[in-house]
This record gives sequence, structure tokens and C-alpha cells, in this order.
Amino acid sequence: MTATEHTEPLNKQALKRQARTQQRNELSLSLPAFILVGSLVLVPIGWLFWLSIYGADGFTAENYIRLLHPSYKKTLITTFELAFLVTGLCILLGYPLAYLASQLKPRMASLVLLCVLFPFWTSLLVRTYAWLVLLQRRGLINTWLMDMGLIDAPLKLAHNFTGTTIGMVHIMLPFFVLPLYASMKTVDLSLLKAAANLGASPVKAFWQIYVPLTLSGLGAGVILVFVLSLGFYVTPALLGGGRVMMWAMQIERSMAVYADWGAASALGVVLLVMTLGILWAFARLTGAMSSVEGK
Amino acid sequence: MHDVNKSTGPVSTGPDVASGRGRALPISVKSLTKTYGAFNALNNVSIDIRSGEFMTLLGPSGSGKTTLLMVLAGFVRPDSGSVLFGDDEVLLLPPHKRDIGMVFQNYALFPHMTVAENLAYPLKLRSIGKSERQDRVNRALDLVQLGGLGDRGIDALSGGQRQRVALARAVIFEPRILLMDEPLSALDKNLREQMQFEVRALHDRLGITTVYVTHDQREALTMSDRIAVINDGQIQQVDPPQRLYERPKTFFVASFIGETYRLPVDVTNGTASLFGQPIKTGGPLESTALQQALILRPEMLQIADGGPGPDENQMTGTLRQTVFQGDSIVSYISIHGDHEIAVRSQHRSNQTLPVPGSQVRLSWLIQDTVILPEDDQT
Repeated sequence: MTATEHTEPLNKQALKRQARTQQRNELSLSLPAFILVGSLVLVPIGWLFWLSIYGADGFTAENYIRLLHPSYKKTLITTFELAFLVTGLCILLGYPLAYLASQLKPRMASLVLLCVLFPFWTSLLVRTYAWLVLLQRRGLINTWLMDMGLIDAPLKLAHNFTGTTIGMVHIMLPFFVLPLYASMKTVDLSLLKAAANLGASPVKAFWQIYVPLTLSGLGAGVILVFVLSLGFYVTPALLGGGRVMMWAMQIERSMAVYADWGAASALGVVLLVMTLGILWAFARLTGAMSSVEGK
Repeated sequence: MHDVNKSTGPVSTGPDVASGRGRALPISVKSLTKTYGAFNALNNVSIDIRSGEFMTLLGPSGSGKTTLLMVLAGFVRPDSGSVLFGDDEVLLLPPHKRDIGMVFQNYALFPHMTVAENLAYPLKLRSIGKSERQDRVNRALDLVQLGGLGDRGIDALSGGQRQRVALARAVIFEPRILLMDEPLSALDKNLREQMQFEVRALHDRLGITTVYVTHDQREALTMSDRIAVINDGQIQQVDPPQRLYERPKTFFVASFIGETYRLPVDVTNGTASLFGQPIKTGGPLESTALQQALILRPEMLQIADGGPGPDENQMTGTLRQTVFQGDSIVSYISIHGDHEIAVRSQHRSNQTLPVPGSQVRLSWLIQDTVILPEDDQT
């Protein structure tokens, strides 16, 4: 007792200093990352924004006022339509695929995942042209279908919205499957046994236990696919055949037409803001859902 | 066929969790066999579990005890055999139609649900109305002393609390049978001992037929009405704890439960002799084999001052070492050269311990004498 009273300060100040020093050291470790993100992400975005509001004649809203033209509205709708459709199809195709991979024995699972990942090792452009070969008017699919006598006239599969959707789903699927697979691997399968033991049929156990537990991976996949789809360029440009006008293509076109960074920058800023808005809404939605479940 | 939505027990006592008596069902397992490749997980297992009994399946890992439990729950499909709950064959019923409670080793609580939602889940599946559901959840929480914790998430619970939630969830829908798969193995020692009493108290209160799997012999002895010792996919012995301890039927049972030492005995004309000295037994020997073994437990032996009493056997040995362990003293004694056994005696103050190297007489009661035929197991 007396001993502690004698050393009353108990090194309080020195310990506090030490804690501060340690905190500074730990922060300094993340400094390179801060600088990298700052110089490669924040600065260009800031510059983009600056270009969109500051032209040759000083500050201007001209670039944004131009976007009120109906043709931009149509592009915006197409972009979102495609992004929603591609995301929806990825869920329908990707969930069973990820589920299959997660249930297989390790060796078979890696084989399935290899098939999912394989397209990643091929150039995006090559894959898109490959789809064109398959889908076009005199392409493989139409030739086969006609040879088998299933159709009389070739289906319009390429150079339109359908072709763009098919190509985009193929390219986006790995982005959806991988995070979902990761979250499925963490689901404790004894929970499904417990559900069965408590009286849940396999179908009920799947919907009431398994699916809710994989929602985080599903959400990650959905966000990835949706956001990537919003800004996609190559596939819609090639498979759309000029009939599918995406926002990213609009950006390219304004560069060509106006030869001015300002117009294109404004388009970029609008896409960025809308993407952030959707991410925010998504976070709010899932947050609200989990807080409802928490009650 | 049992429909989970209906209570099909012989006596339906209504929705009161705490008065489930009379709903318990006996279990009859006949000739169960399950092989995984060349491995016999269950080798022609038959066992009858009485209605309302607390039966423990005790055995080392890989003995088949968990496989047997999983067959009862419906998660493992055996190669052949029969399982009756009451008079009904259930072997072909899928798990979700068996209407039995189960506590899993890792508790298997649903992490995306609160405590109350976990408990309400089996009731929802049985289409029980919201108000009654709430009622029963509250009563079940009180039953396991977790009243007021219904809104907690599973992550916010301690190990012991999770254990209780798992227990409550397993009995809230009034199953006729409760299965438990090493439910206490994840808890620390003190909590485990406390939960042993709580689980047993809950069983007594609900009167439910309980099958409990453990590899912990002390846990089995503490909790059970009867214990089935399993090894190599076969049931070695089914008996109440005390009988199992005092009259093991095989070497495996003798060595798996408690501390045992074996001394070789020769048998001629139904009389056993230890190094030429005859041994008295409580009854006739179970086997006529010439080479058998005497099973001795340290606490059954006593270092004697004089000759054998009328109800005692005796042998002599050389004291090698004594170890003071606080509540008891363990003496290591070599018998007839190279056979070493231990004797445990209670500590008394001012006790003079024999000097190592001296000759001592060891006596034990005739009724404690267990002689088993040598088998190929060692």
C-alpha cells in the first residue's frame, strides 16, 4: 500500500506518451497506402470534377446543362436496365453454381472454380469477339439451330440488347461467384442438421437458414457486378452493335464530338455520383434488414 | 409415421414445457451395422433404452458412439438394422420428421437469429401461434435460467449461456427423445461440472428419454441411469454406473473406467490362484479359461497389518515408493518381481508411512475380486 502511495505518479505521463508514440508508429505504417490511394484515386477524381465545372471561360454549368437533353436520359435508362438485368441473371446462374462448388469435395470444387475463373485468363476483347462468333446472324448457334430444323430464320442474338446481356453475364459471373463461394464455405453445415432436427424440411432449411447466412457474400457479389456493369464499355460496344448506348460509350462519344474534357468529365461525375448513391442505398437497405432481423 | 405438426406421444400433456412427463418413449435398437469402407463403425449393435431413462454412450473417439447417435437422429443411414421409437420403426424417416430434440457438440445455434428466435424456430415450423410461441420461449428461457436474455444475439453469449440456449431449443417443442452429442466438451472444468448437474436436473424435470454421448468416464458416471460402453463399434457392457465400475465384464470396460491393474491368475477346476496362492471369489468364475487376470483398483486395496480377515484375500509385495497427494497417499508396490500395482489410501495425520523396500501385505474384499479371461486385447 505505502509503496504505491510513494510512487504516486505511477508513470502516468510516460505511459501515455508511450501509447501516443505507438499509435503514431502504427499510423505511419498505413502512410504509403494513404499516399497511393490519394494520388491515384482522389487527385484524378478531383481533377475530373474540376474540369467539368471550369472551362476556357472560367466557371460554367454548361457541361451539366447539356446532360438534360433527352438522349442522355435514354442512355441512363439503358445503362441501369442492363446493369439490373445482368445482376439479376448473375444471381440466378451464380447462386446455384457457387452452391454446387461449395458442396463438392475439394478436388471437384477446385475444378468447378477453375472453370469459373478460366475466362479471367483470356482477354476481355477476345472473349467478347468469341461471343460475336457464336451469336451473330451466321454464327455457330444460329447455324446449328437451323441445321437441326428448330428455327427457320436466324435469331437476332448479336448487335442488340440480348447479345450485350449474354456477353455481360458471362464476363460478370466470376465477380459474383467468387465472393459468394467464399461466404458459402464459412457456413457451418451442422446448422442445417440442427434445422432438420428441429423439424425443417430441406427446402425450408435452405431458405430460412442457408440463404440468410450467405447474404453477405451475395451482397458483395451483387455490388461488384452492378457497379462494374454500370461503367462497362467494351462488351456493349461490340455486342450491342451500336444499338445499345451505355453511359461509358456516351463519355467516349462526347470526347470525340466535343473534343473537350469538360463534357466527358461531367458525364463521369454523374456516373460516379449515381454509383455512390446506389451503394449508399444498398448499405442502408441491408443495414435496415439486418437490424430488423436483430430484433 | 410421425407428423411433426402433431403431437403423437401416447399421452399429450399440452404445451407446458415443464410437465412433459409421460411423453417419453423407449428406444429399441436392433442389429445396427454401419461400415465405412473396411471400417466397422457399428458392428451389429443392439440396445434397449427405457422410457425416461438417462442413457450414456461412453467410449473413446472412433468407437462408434457418435455414429450410433447420428443414426438415432437420422443423419447417418446404417447398412442394416432397426430403430424403434416406442412401437414405430423410424429408420426410414428423414431427420425432420423424427421429432426428437438434439444438442450438438458445437451447439449449432443460428447466428442470424436472436436467442428468442432460435427458441421460437422449431415452434414456428410447427405452426404454433405467435402468442403461444412467446409464452413458451419465455418459459423455456426461465427453465435454463436465461430469463430476460431473449433479445441477445448469439455472439453476445458466453459458452455456458450458449449451452443453455441449445438445451432449451432442443426441448422447447416437447420432443419425446433428447439426444446430446458431447455437449459439455467445449466448457471449462468448473462450468462443465455445474452443467452436468443442470442437464441431469432438466432431464429429471422433463422425464424425457435421453441419450448422451461422451468420452469422459467421470461425466458418464455422474449423470447416467445406465451407461453403455462402446468400443470398436460394439457394445461392451450396459449397466448402471456403480455396477459398471465394480463388476466390469471385459478388460476394455475395466481399463476405460477408473484406474486398473491386472495380475495374471491360473485357473484349475474353477479355482483361481495368484502366483500359486488360491484366491477366493464372490461367485463361480465366468470363464473356465486356464489363463485369466485379476483386476485390481488402487482404492480397493489396503495395506494390512495382520493376516487376511474371513472376507478378504491377501497378497504380499515389496514397497517401491510412496507419493503424498494431499487427500490420499499412493503406494507403488511390486508383486512377484516385475508386476507393479498401486494402492491408494486415505490420508490421516501423524500416519507413519512404510519404508520403501519393506515387505507389505495387501488385502482386498472377496466381493471386490474381479477375474476376467485373458483376451487378445491388451
